[in-house]
Amino acid sequence: MNEMQFLTWVRGDGLDYAVGIFLLGVIWRLIEIYSLGRKKDISASRSVAGASGWHTIFRRSLPPEGMVKKSPVSYIGGYTFHIGLFIVVFLFAPHIMLFQSLFGLSWPALPSQFIDLAAVVTMAAMVVVLVDRINKPVKRYLSTFGDWFTWTVTFLPVLTGWMAVQHLLLPYTTMLALHILSVEILLVVLPFTKLFHAFTLFGSRWYNGTVNGHKGVAV
Amino acid sequence: MSASLEKGVRVLKEVIDAPIASYFSSCVHCGLCAEACLFYTETGDPKYTPIHKLEPMRRLYEQEYTLLGRLKKMVGLSKPVTDAELGEWQELVYNSCTLCGRCSAVCPVGNDIVYMVRKFREGMSASGNAPDGIKGAANRTITIGSPMGVKLPAVKAQMKHVEEDYGIPIPLDAEGAEYMVMLSSMEIINFPEYLGAIAKIMKQAGKTWTLCSTAFEATNAGMQIGNADLARVIVSRIVEGAEKLKVKTVISPECGHAYTALRWEGANLVGRPFTFEVKHIIEVLGEFQEQGLLKTEGFETDRLTFHDPCQLARRGGVIEPQRKLMKMVAQNFVEMPDAGYMNWCCGGGGGASAIEEGEELRLEAFKVKKSQLDAVRPDRLVTACANCRIVLEEGLEHYQMDIPVIGLTEMIAEHIPDQTKSEGA
Repeated sequence: MNEMQFLTWVRGDGLDYAVGIFLLGVIWRLIEIYSLGRKKDISASRSVAGASGWHTIFRRSLPPEGMVKKSPVSYIGGYTFHIGLFIVVFLFAPHIMLFQSLFGLSWPALPSQFIDLAAVVTMAAMVVVLVDRINKPVKRYLSTFGDWFTWTVTFLPVLTGWMAVQHLLLPYTTMLALHILSVEILLVVLPFTKLFHAFTLFGSRWYNGTVNGHKGVAV
Repeated sequence: MSASLEKGVRVLKEVIDAPIASYFSSCVHCGLCAEACLFYTETGDPKYTPIHKLEPMRRLYEQEYTLLGRLKKMVGLSKPVTDAELGEWQELVYNSCTLCGRCSAVCPVGNDIVYMVRKFREGMSASGNAPDGIKGAANRTITIGSPMGVKLPAVKAQMKHVEEDYGIPIPLDAEGAEYMVMLSSMEIINFPEYLGAIAKIMKQAGKTWTLCSTAFEATNAGMQIGNADLARVIVSRIVEGAEKLKVKTVISPECGHAYTALRWEGANLVGRPFTFEVKHIIEVLGEFQEQGLLKTEGFETDRLTFHDPCQLARRGGVIEPQRKLMKMVAQNFVEMPDAGYMNWCCGGGGGASAIEEGEELRLEAFKVKKSQLDAVRPDRLVTACANCRIVLEEGLEHYQMDIPVIGLTEMIAEHIPDQTKSEGA
């Protein structure tokens, strides 16, 4: 297979398989988790304003008082790379063209120099949180193969995408093909690793907020 | 039925529900829950990271309820949960967790970690891995009627003392009373002032109330140990007593877990909604205050601060009433850092104070309370949980801090004028 054939495959069959596994995986995992159900709470509720599952879904995106000081790298690094990922994935012109071809929807892009900067900042933040995972006793203690693996499969698409745009190391076509392949790997593993928090965090926050809302505790 | 690993695993499989599956699937190992846990912050030992305390249950979840986990199990790639492992986890699930809920309050993906610890304890208890201290308390509650072995004659003796001291009759089994007052063993044995305080407050408010001879003990070690069957037996006594006496409201004493057991778990344990309301005494006092039924005179002039019991505030939603009550009788009321919703646990909740072998760790964890107190240097510490009170007193004594601990209800009662004009008096 030469580089053109490789690129054609990752853009064609490869993408179809990856998106297929991703979609089926997400649906399967959501059913696997939420079909377990839960018992209805029959204790008398005490409703207060501002306490509910929906409130918690939004509120948990903000750090609780005093916590940033306790773990600055987790919060600042975490916000930076999550927002950075959002920017490079959804606001880069070529990506928007792909979404348009897939779903028929498009939106304005950010200038490519800005995306360049965002990619570099994202990678820097990801390296910082990785170093923190190695250095902090608690994070190191909790870490399993899955943590190093998911870091890698999240980092590679950003790195290869940035290198493709910058024409670094390998010919553009090859690097672009590697970039698309790395995204496909990410799509395939996402439903079956901790990356699935991208979906379940809404359910988790909702459950937590609902249980507490029932008690009249705004969390 | 006797406890066994098999039974424990079966119970764990039963208690794993959609929230737990969602929580385990959401955890990204960020470790922020550790920063919220006093057993981690005061020891620096990562094994006390809250989410790690659930590791055996997480593996069981993965092996039983996920496709990949089942595949891994089939080809022999997963590590089964063993009795020895659960035994090792006892310290993490009981001694070093007071169900205080700070971890659940900070988790960025929204995991209610305490909800999971509470459920995990069901499996720990069913597999015979609960600590002897709480087991004993639970068994005494079932067989004798109270975790500290207090029986009705002891309650009657205290009623008599209070009647003599305060000159107010203490009603027992008075049918149709508005309020049924519950006690905790700790109050019966160590803090008799509580009952006298209730008598004064109720007399001033002109409310009818009663104790119940078949249900005076409010604490629920069955819930703390994680045995829903025992917890149900204990709650049922209260439900039967309240229904027999046709009371409108059952008052949970100054005890955090009694409140959670009765207010939030109770109806779910017995499987039907209550025909009466459940309120913590602080909620009742707050209502009396709002309705003008609570009138006090004079003020405490020394520097006072308030320790929020976790189950009352963070896990129970009662945060403001105690502050309004404090201001009613205290001129110099100061708040500790993190007071209210994010207050730090005394270190002895959730049954932890009944575990003898956990004492050293408990005192270590108390350093966080010490630093909260050092920040405001109060003359006295007020709280609304008899268990917090005992644990606080032990911690203060250990660190040679001369700060008396008092209950809010009795402090309020001390400011009620003796010659109150009550109905028919």
